[in-house]
Amino acid sequence: MPKVTVDGQEIEVPNGATVLQACELAGKEIPRFCYHERLSIAGNCRMCLVEVKPGPPKPQASCALPATDGQEIRTDTDMVKTAREGVMEFLLINHPLDCPICDQGGECDLQDQSMMYGRGATRYEENKRAVTEKYMGPLIKTIMTRCIHCTRCVRFSEEIAGVDEIGAIYRGEDMQITTYLEQAASHELSANVIDLCPVGALTSRPYAFEARPWELKKTWSIDVSDAVGANIRLDSRGREVMRALPRINDAVNEEWLSDKGRYQVDGLSRRRLDKVYIRKDGKLVPAEWNEAFAAIAAANPKGSIAAVAGDLVDCETMFAAKALLGALGSDHLEGRQTGLDYDCSNLAAVNFNSTFEGIENADAILIVGSQVRWEAALVNVRLRKAAKRGAKIFVVGPQWDTTYPATFLGEDAAVLHDLPQAITEAFSKAERPAVIVGGGGLAKGALHPALAFAEQFNLVREGWNGFNVLHMAASRMGGLMLGYAQKGGIGNIAKAKPNVLISLGADELDYGAFADSLKVYIGHHGDAGAHAADIILPGASYAEKDGTYVNTEGRVQFAEKAVFAPGDAREDWTILRAMADALDVSVGFDSFAELQSAMIAAVPALGEEGLADFGQLPNADASIRASGAISYPIADFYMTNVVARASATMQRCSSELLHHDDLKEAAE
Amino acid sequence: MADRSLAPDTPELRERWGGFAFTEANKAHADKVIARYPDGRQKSAVMPLLDLAQRQVGAETDTQGWLPLPVIEYVAAYLDVPVIRVLEVATFYFMYNLRPVGKYHVQVCGTTPCMLRGSDAIMEACKARGMKKGAVSEDGLWTLTEVECMGSCATAPMVQINDGNYEDLTPERLDAVLDALAAGKDPKEGTQEPGRHTSEPSGGPTTLKEMVSENHDYRSQW
Repeated sequence: MPKVTVDGQEIEVPNGATVLQACELAGKEIPRFCYHERLSIAGNCRMCLVEVKPGPPKPQASCALPATDGQEIRTDTDMVKTAREGVMEFLLINHPLDCPICDQGGECDLQDQSMMYGRGATRYEENKRAVTEKYMGPLIKTIMTRCIHCTRCVRFSEEIAGVDEIGAIYRGEDMQITTYLEQAASHELSANVIDLCPVGALTSRPYAFEARPWELKKTWSIDVSDAVGANIRLDSRGREVMRALPRINDAVNEEWLSDKGRYQVDGLSRRRLDKVYIRKDGKLVPAEWNEAFAAIAAANPKGSIAAVAGDLVDCETMFAAKALLGALGSDHLEGRQTGLDYDCSNLAAVNFNSTFEGIENADAILIVGSQVRWEAALVNVRLRKAAKRGAKIFVVGPQWDTTYPATFLGEDAAVLHDLPQAITEAFSKAERPAVIVGGGGLAKGALHPALAFAEQFNLVREGWNGFNVLHMAASRMGGLMLGYAQKGGIGNIAKAKPNVLISLGADELDYGAFADSLKVYIGHHGDAGAHAADIILPGASYAEKDGTYVNTEGRVQFAEKAVFAPGDAREDWTILRAMADALDVSVGFDSFAELQSAMIAAVPALGEEGLADFGQLPNADASIRASGAISYPIADFYMTNVVARASATMQRCSSELLHHDDLKEAAE
Repeated sequence: MADRSLAPDTPELRERWGGFAFTEANKAHADKVIARYPDGRQKSAVMPLLDLAQRQVGAETDTQGWLPLPVIEYVAAYLDVPVIRVLEVATFYFMYNLRPVGKYHVQVCGTTPCMLRGSDAIMEACKARGMKKGAVSEDGLWTLTEVECMGSCATAPMVQINDGNYEDLTPERLDAVLDALAAGKDPKEGTQEPGRHTSEPSGGPTTLKEMVSENHDYRSQW
């Protein structure tokens, strides 16, 4: 633990810390462009200069200088200030003065730091360098003349995303950041380089010229595009969500966000359900709330009603529906729309127990039926970190393009009962072995064989739980905690032939199985669910209501309401509350606060933000055998939920990046 | 730095070079180079391999050689490295030609010592023979490039033609070298100053004079 002095203040810093980190620990702000906590050190912007003794009598780049015992660091001398001003002047030589038309304006590192270190006017009289725009795909807009060559984007795609596609070609003044032959950046995390770019060289293409950061209302929310529960900030103006940005949460998403979570928000203002509809003579026609409720009451729901939760709903909505069903004497609740019927009697067995932070430390990982890049892009980042630390990774399932070395063991799930030697060897030696069962594995009955695997290799040990299930729906863990799981799954509910089926935004459901039921769709987008419904009650999306979400590691998180739902749409719980009145039953709450406290009383874990405790893993049932070729449930990363399907940006990503359709540019 | 840019990615380029592969001899050499690096570090061989590929292209086209995009992709695939990483290297170093060059690639040094010793006249002499910067001459023999310091300042001015340096030039001496090359002869490399061997002081040694003919012990004079 070296002791250093920063501006006369003596502090102790961790071993291996850099001078920049030492200064941060001492509370000194060091300007920087190329240095980033989560990327390797490049040391090429030279903005972080400080004076260090002992050492050469010149300013030193603090980001690349190790802190050693007895160093005297000064960040406040004239020399430091002059040196930084010099660096800033050089950076600005070729930087265009186009802040008024630059989308980064207002949240630009260069702009901010030039307030501190910039000269009032330029002394440079020669021509500025100009660089042609580089095409980087439908999400990233480039204005490369603004680039200051910090190489953060290059390091991100190489180190974090694991997809080498951005590079710096040519040299010196001619250096240019580009993808190979200007191909589109096409991995699931590509848009994070927009956040990383300290200037306006890489900006958001869908959000180009839409708003200024200071005009936006910022609301803390949770991403529902997958079961990771990435912490996001929704920036809204008026009634519209303009963009989603990641918030820093080291336990969940670090500071990254998948492209889908980031760019599906434009789907929130398209294809919205904003009126009540009732199907009359086979056609959906606009109607009044009272008519709809009367029609539901007429269908005689008492004792014969079921609720299916969609992938995007919050716990409060699910609890309100559960309370309504309870009052009507039914417990036909299900959330696994596609027909999965794995055993949910013990939630520890369907939880990501290692936690995302923990899985980084695993040294042997078996993935059973999960295309992690598409099902949970941010978990794949963690797996890549584990692989970089030396973890051996095995995958059961069809081949996919991993961003780390992995061994594929074939598509048949039965391999769990006949493990290859490579696995037994790796897992018997491993200190922190882990198994991850994905949706594709659950569908082939791999849950209990995986539990048996966990017992065989002692995956649960002191300070380590290596048994994980990776879900894909934001509502899944919350739904399971609230009892949205029938023995026998959705098929069981279909067999019961309920008079009324309440669909809470369930769009993946096969409505053909409920031909005789009155199908009431409470949701926000006109998609498969609304097409099949007999009654549509317009609800609120995740941006339009407060709500609790539980991610796949059992982390309870709370999202806030950013904007109001459009038209006649209401927050889902109020619809269910009004329906209770129409059906003449009592659900026991009249406000959101009462609903929440009733929910927390029923499931106390939902009242506490953070990891829920599901206790011990159950014993494996050896009689259950996994078999059959695994297939992955996601066919198109950009089209997995109703919001994404409605989003023009996601549609463009899907057609251009996955289906390689020709670019559709509007004629100008 | 002179203007450098990649040759455009056209169907003709793909057709001409798409099938590029190392010859047997070059493949053997490439594998020998790769074997110099420890396991898992094979990508360190990217620079020798790019050079080898450029030379093979040169041999096929009877020029100094260059690196068309399909050849860069071939080297990337050969080393199992993302192609953008190889492209970064190929565009960074000036010795890799990104566009076709002539049989002789005349690189005139124009940095300060050469300029003071008359590199402008050398450049003019090249231009007088019909060479143009960055372009292949009509007879396909010459490509002229102005480069930065080649480290031959003691024998300035100099030009580098393919793998040889020609130093202590005057326009007349350069013409003699170029004439010889054009005639298919092999002119003497290195200094063109009569009586000078390498980069020793022009006009004979000024220090350590006793050392010229035999070893001399100076220690008694310290």
